[in-house]
Amino acid sequence: MLRFIVRRLLQLIPTLGGLSILLFVWLQRLPGGPEYALLPDDATPEQRAMLRRSLGLDEPLMVQYLAFLRRIAQGDLGTSLQTSRPVLDEFFLRFPATFELGVTAILIAVIIGLPLGYLAARRRGTILDFAAVGGSLLGICTPVFFLAFILKVVFAEGMGWFPSAFRLSPGLTRTDITGFVVLDGVMTREWDVVWDALAHLALPGLALASIPLAVITRMTRASVLEVMEEDYVRTANAKGLHRTTVRTRHVLRNALLPVVTAVGLLTGSLFAGAVLTESVFAFPGIGSFVYIATQERDYPVLTGFILLIATMYVFINLLVDISYSLLDPRVRAQ
Amino acid sequence: MSSSTPLLAVDELSVVFHRRGSGETRAVDGVSFSLEEGRVTGLVGESGCGKSVTSLALMGLLPDRGVKVGGSAVMQLPDGEADLLRLSQRRLRDLRGSQMAMIFQDPLSSLNPVVPIGMQVTEILKRHRGMRGVAVRKEAADLLYRVGIPDPTRRLDEYPHQLSGGMRQRALIAMAVACKPRLMIADEPTTALDVTIQAQILELLKDLVTEEGTALLMITHDLGVVAGLCDDINVLYAGRAVETAPREPLFADPTHPYTVGLLGSIPRLDAPRGESLTPVRGSANDNIAWVDGCAFAPRCDHYTMECLQGPPPLVSVEKGDGGDDGGHVHRCVNPIDHAAVADRAVLDSPTVADEDEEERG
Repeated sequence: MLRFIVRRLLQLIPTLGGLSILLFVWLQRLPGGPEYALLPDDATPEQRAMLRRSLGLDEPLMVQYLAFLRRIAQGDLGTSLQTSRPVLDEFFLRFPATFELGVTAILIAVIIGLPLGYLAARRRGTILDFAAVGGSLLGICTPVFFLAFILKVVFAEGMGWFPSAFRLSPGLTRTDITGFVVLDGVMTREWDVVWDALAHLALPGLALASIPLAVITRMTRASVLEVMEEDYVRTANAKGLHRTTVRTRHVLRNALLPVVTAVGLLTGSLFAGAVLTESVFAFPGIGSFVYIATQERDYPVLTGFILLIATMYVFINLLVDISYSLLDPRVRAQ
Repeated sequence: MSSSTPLLAVDELSVVFHRRGSGETRAVDGVSFSLEEGRVTGLVGESGCGKSVTSLALMGLLPDRGVKVGGSAVMQLPDGEADLLRLSQRRLRDLRGSQMAMIFQDPLSSLNPVVPIGMQVTEILKRHRGMRGVAVRKEAADLLYRVGIPDPTRRLDEYPHQLSGGMRQRALIAMAVACKPRLMIADEPTTALDVTIQAQILELLKDLVTEEGTALLMITHDLGVVAGLCDDINVLYAGRAVETAPREPLFADPTHPYTVGLLGSIPRLDAPRGESLTPVRGSANDNIAWVDGCAFAPRCDHYTMECLQGPPPLVSVEKGDGGDDGGHVHRCVNPIDHAAVADRAVLDSPTVADEDEEERG
């Protein structure tokens, strides 16, 4: 197992290396460099050239790439053009918020999606099945920002059931330990903070969960249907095992294998979805920060964000592979 | 054969599948046979003749929807007799694994790939024998050892993919015999195995029947298996038994043209070099419905107009000397004369024949 993990970690190097090249080339090809974003519209070409030089943008590409790599390796993702602070610091500051949102979304998706998909498979062809399949189709089709907006207008601004913005209600005092509001609240037993934070997470969490929820529901349904037809399920029934034993040990355990992969990939994609969701709910996470960065052409932030997403993806994939090998002995053997 | 009531008496079993759009398919169309303890009964026929569906119907493993099962299958149980086809699923779950067990065709796909072999054996002991703790693991190892799996304690923690094909089938047999069932159904248990392993598995099944006095229903398309293992044989065609007899009369004096065709199609080592095989002409697609006459008629070399006048009844085979027919019956109006085909159809009793067909029946 340890060798497996080490090997997978080593495999990260070429992946991230390739990514850094792609990222660098992409940055070079983008029209409208930072000299247009940072300087006023009436700046002279000389002023723009001077800024490019001071930012090192006039150097040969190879030199720029190596410098870029060196900085990344040192954990230096550059300085945000918006805030003039290191990108990494900005990310660290906002990471807990986005993380909490992402966990909320994935929990919603798994807690609702798994049982729903399972029940839809068991009750195939019933109204429940049609509702689950139709609902998940709707979930996949609806753009996240649109759903986020509808949720906010209806349940926050309309009904007033949930707060419409931010992570916590203004004026609420809390003890900060880790930056994770819910976790801190639980540790310090400030239940009002926990409750308030959860209320703030509900709508953006639901919006962000829509696509993973739909995918998990459908995958679970399809997977359970497939496994129920397997010979070994027939064997289990032929042994006269209790229905619950057949369903959990023989059906679910096998049916969940592909779902685990899906959950991993979906978790990775949450960060991208967080950009739009967070900006709709003014949620102070990495997503809303990056949303502004795109408008401001804050390239260091964008580069850092892409690197962050890629790294997250790669690590989540590693986690998926490890959990897969724990679940499926056939993978373990190889 | 004892004169008392058989362990399982199957009478006019029929299974009809209803599919939306495509009407109904009569997979099993009035099959009758009985199983005695300590005896092996064969259900023989080509793919699609209803062999497997018959076994699934007896075990109550057919899907709930779109299937209509008719007839009766009365089994002698410790607490009296019961018609398996009329029992509730709850009752069937109690009987399956304890009173009746089944061994399937493909041992790899019939074992759960993510559950250790040990647990797949112990779960049945826990379910039906209420065993717990250390005892159950020991019993599971004993079972594996009894079916010929060496180093059973280590095997308990292994997964199906770590076992060879023969070991997997042995493990499945261990699960089937775990609770000493009185009825065991083996659905082509050797089809997915190579020839040397086939012989070993058949040998094992034979021993289990002899030792435990289990009634074994052997489902196969392989006449070599039948000859080596079965005491009584039912030849199925298009969902009906067309000939039923103990082993010797069936192999010595087959009377139904289909049985004769099956026996004639076995490749023989002593056949002259270059002689082509003699298959049964046509395919099961050529069948006519039993209500219109003999379903085999379109493929039969001996059919007359008489064959097309309604379903032929099941009749006893008359012996030339007027003696006891020994339970030899057939469903044919133009049976083949024993004497005329005797030299063609008499077979030694091969234990294992080559596989030329891997489809399930």
